[in-house]
Amino acid sequence: MEQLAQLGRIGISTLERLGRGHVLLLHMLSGVTALLVRPKLLIAQIHSVGVLSMLIITVSGLFVGMVLALQGYYILSQFGAEETLGVMVAASLVRELGPVVTGLLFAGRAGSALTAEIGLMKATEQLSGLEMMAIDPIKRILTPRFMAGLISMPLLAALFSAIGVIGGHFVGVGLLGVDDGAYWSQMQAKIDLHEDIFNGVIKSIVFGFVCTWIALFQGHDCVPTSEGVSRATTRTVVHSALAVLCLDFVLTALMFGE
Amino acid sequence: MVQMRTMEIMVGAFMAAGFVALFFLAMQVSNLSGLNGGEGYHITARFDNIGGLKVRSPVSMAGVRIGRVSDISFDNTTYEAVVTMLVDSNHKTIPDDTFAKIYTAGLLGEQYIGLDPGGSEKFLTEGGKVSLTQSALVLEEIIGQFLFSKAEEGGNNE
Repeated sequence: MEQLAQLGRIGISTLERLGRGHVLLLHMLSGVTALLVRPKLLIAQIHSVGVLSMLIITVSGLFVGMVLALQGYYILSQFGAEETLGVMVAASLVRELGPVVTGLLFAGRAGSALTAEIGLMKATEQLSGLEMMAIDPIKRILTPRFMAGLISMPLLAALFSAIGVIGGHFVGVGLLGVDDGAYWSQMQAKIDLHEDIFNGVIKSIVFGFVCTWIALFQGHDCVPTSEGVSRATTRTVVHSALAVLCLDFVLTALMFGE
Repeated sequence: MVQMRTMEIMVGAFMAAGFVALFFLAMQVSNLSGLNGGEGYHITARFDNIGGLKVRSPVSMAGVRIGRVSDISFDNTTYEAVVTMLVDSNHKTIPDDTFAKIYTAGLLGEQYIGLDPGGSEKFLTEGGKVSLTQSALVLEEIIGQFLFSKAEEGGNNE
C-alpha cells in the first residue's frame, strides 16, 4: 500500500511540475509586450546568452566540419565519389549536427548559467525583493532571458553550420585535394533552401525554445539552497540534452519523412 | 554607460554574424543561387524513358550547363515522357535539329540531358521542340542485352 501511495505521489508531483512549467511559460510570454518598451534588458541578456556562447560554438563548429570532411573523405574515396564531400558535410551540418550540437552546447553553456543565476536569485531572495517593490520578477527577469535564448539559438546554429562548412572546405579542398568547384557546385545542386536550410532553422528555434524554457523553469522552481541550485543546474543540462535529442527525432520524422 | 555601449556593439556584431551565416547558407550552400529567376526560354523534348532524370537536373551542351529541367510530365496517348527544359537566355543559338540525350554523370552520379547541336540554320525559340532524342540507358537493359548476345555467341560456336 505504501509503495502504491509513493507511486501516486511521484505521479502527482510530476504533473504538478509540468503544470507549473506551463504556467511559468505563459507568464513569461505575457511579459513580451512589456519587453518591447525596454529593449536594453533584452540586449544585455543576448550578450550573456548569445555573444558569450559564440566562442564555443564557432570553435566546435570548425572542428566538427573538419572531422566530417576527414571521415567523409575516407568513406567517399572508397567509392570514387570524393566530389560529393561538400554535399555530405553541408547536409549533415545543416540538417542535423548544426541544430543538435548547438542545442547541446547551448544547454551546457547558457542553460546551466541561466539556471544557476535564477536559482541563486531565488536563494538570496532577490526575486522576493523585486516582488516587494511591486515589480513582477518573471516579466522583469525571466522574460528577457527567455527571448534572448529564443533569438540567440537559431543565430548560433546558423553560425555553427556556416563555420562547419568552411572548416570542411579547409580540410577537404585544402588538405585532401577535393576539387574546389566540385565542393561548392555539388553542394549547391543538392542542398535545398526550403527542404534543408529552413527546416534546420526551425529545428534550432524549437531547441532554443525548449532549452531556455527548461533552464528558466529549473532555476525558478529550485529548492532555494546551495544543494537545490546545484541539483537544478544538473537537471537543466540532463533534461535539455534529452529533450533536444528526442525532439530532434520527432522533428526529423515530421520534416524529412515521406 | 560606456560598458552598455560596448555590450550593444558586441550584441550587434553577434546578430550580424548570425544573419551573415544564415545568408551564407542560403546563398552559397543551397541551390538558391542557381535558380536565377527563370530568365530564359523553354524547349521540350519527348523521351521513351527518362531513367532517373529529375526536375532541376542540368541541361548541358559540350559539357557546359546551359539550363535546367523545369518540368517533367507524362503523355497519356503516346506513353512518352515530356521533358520541359529552361535554357538560359544568353544561349539563343541552339539549332532546331539538336539531338537530346540523357547521360549519367559518373557511374553513380545524377542524370542530365546532353544536347548535341545539329547543322540547321534555324534556332530553337520559346516553346520549341527537340525531335531527335535518345532515352536514358537503363543498366538492367544493357546487362540483359549483353547476356543475350553472349548466349547467342555461345550458340553459334557449337
